[in-house]
Parts: sequence; structure tokens; C-alpha cells
Amino acid sequence: MNPINTILILLAAFVAVFLQAACGTRGSLGAQIDLLPALVVYASLTGGLTTVALLAVGGGLAFDALSANPLGISMLPLFGIGFLIHRQREFILRDQLFAQFILGLAASAAAPLLTLLLLFTGGHAPFVGWGTLWQWLVMSLGGGLVTPVMFRLFAFIRGAFFYRPLTETSFRPDRQIRRGRF
Amino acid sequence: MFKKKQYVVLGAVLVLTLIVLNLPGGLTARLKQALGGLYLPLFGAASATGQLGKNAAANLTPRNELVRQNEVFRRENAELRLRLLQAEAATRENARLHQLLGWQTRAPWKLKLANVVLREPANWWRTVQIDLGRRDGLRENLPVLTPDGLVGRIGAVSLTRAQVILLGDPACRAAALVQNPARDQGIINAGAAVLDPSLVNLGFLSRNAILAPGQNVVTSGQGGIFPAGIPLGTIVDFRAVEFGLYTEARVKLAANLSALEEVWVLFP
Repeated sequence: MNPINTILILLAAFVAVFLQAACGTRGSLGAQIDLLPALVVYASLTGGLTTVALLAVGGGLAFDALSANPLGISMLPLFGIGFLIHRQREFILRDQLFAQFILGLAASAAAPLLTLLLLFTGGHAPFVGWGTLWQWLVMSLGGGLVTPVMFRLFAFIRGAFFYRPLTETSFRPDRQIRRGRF
Repeated sequence: MFKKKQYVVLGAVLVLTLIVLNLPGGLTARLKQALGGLYLPLFGAASATGQLGKNAAANLTPRNELVRQNEVFRRENAELRLRLLQAEAATRENARLHQLLGWQTRAPWKLKLANVVLREPANWWRTVQIDLGRRDGLRENLPVLTPDGLVGRIGAVSLTRAQVILLGDPACRAAALVQNPARDQGIINAGAAVLDPSLVNLGFLSRNAILAPGQNVVTSGQGGIFPAGIPLGTIVDFRAVEFGLYTEARVKLAANLSALEEVWVLFP
């Protein structure tokens, strides 16, 4: 497995958390779109489970450090989502735009629910109400839309930094049919 | 073999989560500060970019517009100077009367300007981060305000940054007083609507409270954190709660919490 891919994903998580905190969408959409579930989808479909674990731990800790969340509360939901996708990765058409959107949507819908569940279980009192449903909808749709963008972005970066694998031609000289005049 | 590795990683993340969640409070706070410190270069870059943008906008502003704005500010400054003179005379008179009656005089407020550098990335808390920290003398629970009214209080403080818990967050409560003839008192306890950060609930008001929409609400000074008299907002509506034992009102905050750029930290 290429460690550069893992490093790129971790770097993207670091920047994604900063972007969420620095220039949010809460003012315009009423909810802040979470970029980490989309990254988890990408990592679980293209990297190993160690990459997913590192992303969940690193991204979750970074998110909680800039948030009022208790430190470490976001790690488990992110890893849980990544773990499930990684287990089923052989059955997922990862290059299909629709599959990427649906996976991003599902991951972005599950991550806040699991985090809120952990917060309530831990005795914390986050501010939720009927408006939270709208926020959940925006987060899910936003995450779904961001996931294919994430795939394209990483494909671009990989294209810029790594050699493309040579595509093997189907031509085989030993099976060439030599035709005579007739 | 592959399955086994999967479960080992799952177990490791589970154990790590449990360890981090059960760390002592002080250690967690230090760890949060350390992790937040990793973002310092990005804060610097973002601030420099913002400054560049502002400079570019300033360079693009036409000269006649700048002259017009300057004239407006000159006039406003002269008017404020006159008001200050009047306020200073009233303050002196107030202090003299306090002295005559033997009342304790209030110390003047010390304020420090701070820039809002980050907003809360999670949707279920209401906090922002400012660019002042322990090295600037900040400590927990200092009031934070804008010229319009109270914003919140200082939460966790690191060396260079501090978290401001905004009004409407369940962790920020303020003892409030309604400026009506009965001077009803209550507590601003939580936001009234998830999607509208300008609305908060004013609870624990007496069931006989004489409320009306539009009445001003200020801090009562009884909570021990916020000094008395800081504007909070105005009453929007009210209703009886807890089977009519209390009255609860919705208050529209005076300060615009969704567009905070600069705030003042108050050292009472």
C-alpha cells in the first residue's frame, strides 16, 4: 500500500477540519457540512483499514479539538462508518458517481447521528431541536455531493504526483495470425 | 488472517476512544490546546489572506466614497464626544452621590478587542474562538460583548486563543432583568430555535410577570459572571410553562451572533 495516499488523506482531513471552522456554511444554509465522512468514504474505498483508522483518529481528534465536543467523541462514529464500507468494498462500484453520492449521503447522515447518540449517552446536553432535522438533511445532502468531488480531487492529485500504471495491450506477437497471400 | 487484522484495528480504535474519553479533565484540556495549536500556521495564513483581501478592497474603494465616509465618521465622532462629556458629568455626579450615601462605587470596565478566528464546526454547540488567550490575561467566565449587547462568556483558554461560549448554548446562562415597572428577573438558559441563533429563551420568570413584546432585557448582575446592565435583547413573546408555575419568554438578542467578527472581552 502506498503511504503517500495515507499521508494525503490525513493532510486533507487536517485542512478539511480547518475549512469547516474557518469558513462555514452555517450562515447561508443553517447547518455546517461535515467533510470528514466524505473523506472516510474515499479512504475506505481506496486505502487499507489502517488508513481508515488513522483518518478516524486523526480527523476526529482534530475536529473535537476545534469544537466544544468532548475530545475523542467523533473518532468512533467515523471509524465505524469506514469499517462497514471497507468490509463491503468488493461489492461497491467505487468509480460510479451515483455509488459515491449514495455512500457519501449515508455516511454523512450516520456520522452526526452516532456522535449525538454518544454525546447523550455520555451525559452531555447538545443543543438540538426540530431545526436539527433540517441541519441533518443539509449535512447528509452536502456530504453526498462533496464525496464525488473528493474522489475527483484525489484522482487529480494522484495524477499530478504519481506515475500512471502502464495499460497492457491485448496484442500478443505469439498469437498473431500470419496470413499468406490466400 | 485478513479478518483477524480487521478486528484488531477495530479493537484498537475502540480502546483508544475509551481511553481518550476517560482522560482527566485537565489533561483533556491540555491535549485539546496542543491539537488546536497545530492549526496556528493556518490561522496565520487565513488572517494574512483576510488582511490582503481587506487591503485590496480598500485600494479599490473610490476616493470620493472615502471622503464621504470620512465626513460621516467626523460628524459621528463629534457627536459621540459631546455624549461622552455628558456621560462623564453624569458618572462624576453618580460617584459623588454614591459617596454621600456610602454606597460602593462600581469600578470602570476594562475592555480588550478580539477578532473571531474560528466558528464551531459542530452543529449542536454555539461557540467561536477568538485570538486572545492566557498571555493577554484572559481567564474562564469573562464576559464577551459587542457594542450592541452581550455575546457570551469565555470558556476554555489556551495561550493564544480562547473559546467563547455564545448565548443560546446550553453551557452559557445569564441572569437577566426585564426593564419593566415590575423589574421581573429570569435566566437566559438556552436557544429558542436551532436555526435562528438570535432567539433565546428567558426562563424562570414569575407567573405574575408583567411582560410585553418589545421590553428590553439586560443582565441583572446576579449570576456572578456578568455585570449588571449589559443589554441582552428585547422580548418577542411569552407563555406560561410548567402548568402555569412559571412564565417563559423568547428574547431576540441585541448582538448579531451569526455575523461576529470583532468582540470585546470585559474585565470587570
